Amino acid sequence: MRLQNAALGAAGLAAFLALGEAVPRLGLVREEYFPPTSRIASAFADELSDGAFWTALGDTLTGWALGLAIAVSAGIVIGVVVSVVPYLREATASTIEFLRPIPSVALIPLAVLLYGSELRSVLLLVVYASFWQVLIQTLYGVQDVDPVAEETARSYGLGTWARIRHVLWPTALPYVMTGVRLAAAVALILAITGELVIGAPGLGARIAVAQNSQAVPEMYALIVVTGILGLLINVGARTVERRALAWHQSVRGEVAV
Amino acid sequence: MRRFVLQLVFVLALPALLVAVWWFASDGSTNVFWPPLRTILKTFPDVWTAERLRADVLPSIWRLAAGYALAAVAGVAVGTVIGSYRRVRAVCEPVLEFLRAVPPPVLVPVIMLFAGIGDTMKVTVIASGCVWPILLNTVEGVRAVDPVMLETARSYGVTGPSRLRHLVLPAASPQIFAGLRQALSIGIILMVISEMFAASNGIGFTIVQFQRSFAVPDMWTGILVLGLLGFLLSVVFQLVERRVLAWYHGLRASTRRSP
Repeated sequence: MRLQNAALGAAGLAAFLALGEAVPRLGLVREEYFPPTSRIASAFADELSDGAFWTALGDTLTGWALGLAIAVSAGIVIGVVVSVVPYLREATASTIEFLRPIPSVALIPLAVLLYGSELRSVLLLVVYASFWQVLIQTLYGVQDVDPVAEETARSYGLGTWARIRHVLWPTALPYVMTGVRLAAAVALILAITGELVIGAPGLGARIAVAQNSQAVPEMYALIVVTGILGLLINVGARTVERRALAWHQSVRGEVAV
Repeated sequence: MRRFVLQLVFVLALPALLVAVWWFASDGSTNVFWPPLRTILKTFPDVWTAERLRADVLPSIWRLAAGYALAAVAGVAVGTVIGSYRRVRAVCEPVLEFLRAVPPPVLVPVIMLFAGIGDTMKVTVIASGCVWPILLNTVEGVRAVDPVMLETARSYGVTGPSRLRHLVLPAASPQIFAGLRQALSIGIILMVISEMFAASNGIGFTIVQFQRSFAVPDMWTGILVLGLLGFLLSVVFQLVERRVLAWYHGLRASTRRSP
């Protein structure tokens, strides 16, 4: 069953690549706009042997990892504090609901004025966008704590810190991990967008350069790289999630956000 | 009455506090990039006149609506097909996962090649970015339809369009709405990005224009407008979702009450 699915998936991928080769060769779209797979592949190989490409990849990953780390730690700390302190959750609900849908790209002009095309511009966008994913999931997770367990811990005289450590955290962890996984994907999108629009060094900026210099196959090759990067991050986040929740029988249903 | 007042205090206290902090902290600000809130609010009505709303905000909203609608129709339709057939799903899954993993804003330069820099480009960009979360969520939703219900429908002879309309789509709708919600924020991002790249009107275009001419208070009002737009759209979405999924939320609430 699994093997058969993998074979079918591989066939689908092969068909997709073959279609990418055939469509421009047959003249259905112009080759300058959509180069055949083989030309994208050779441009891809050129990129891999180019030192500047690896620097750009490193820049993008730095922005992504740093932004994600800041957003995750801030989201978890603020989420736990807001749910543990009485009344704080009710008091912050309207503000969170208001700030969350503000599109992070609205901050691009501000980031440009404040930091120019530095890493900090990208970080501002990445942190703002991914912070909400973690915060909201943490809030949901803490809310899910079993009141009986909570009362039991209280009646055994566990202090606030011990209750957070032994009751609240294990309950919230599956939700938090979902938040981290969503945030990891969002952080990549915003890191590359920031580079593309602001011109901060990284893969996004390289795509912009390739576009301006009409290097179409290189542009497609770089886009494929960003796709592979996104895929790796997704798979990686899922693996981390499964490791961290190995003790947890069923990974809980995601709260739709 | 007391409860209502208390609730109102909870809703309004923190926002009021934050605005007050912003107001006073920025009041004497001489930093060019952080103008006093007073100045921003004073500039607001001058910048966002009826004329500008018509010339810049309406086109943006139109593009967003068109792209989003296209993505919703295509995503649900294709997703239903893929979700219904196990083999089709196995063939398509790796390709779809890859396409979804591509950060949507990098599509802007690609689609500019094909569609130029007009409205077609923007609508296509928005649609092609929004379609993935909707499509993949629809696939998941259709796949998870209760097999007992499917069997029941089959034995009662409910097939074809009526099976789709009365069983499959309603059962998948909570998942579909989760996808639509994710797509909404992607749509707004893409609307702004595509206008920042190449446009002659639109909210994204206007804000970049202000930024380039160092009209900082005007730029801040633009950020506020985008924030308000995002907030309004999410409120509208919530209202629609609550209406359409009323039966589902009711069902969940009742099962929770009687375990």
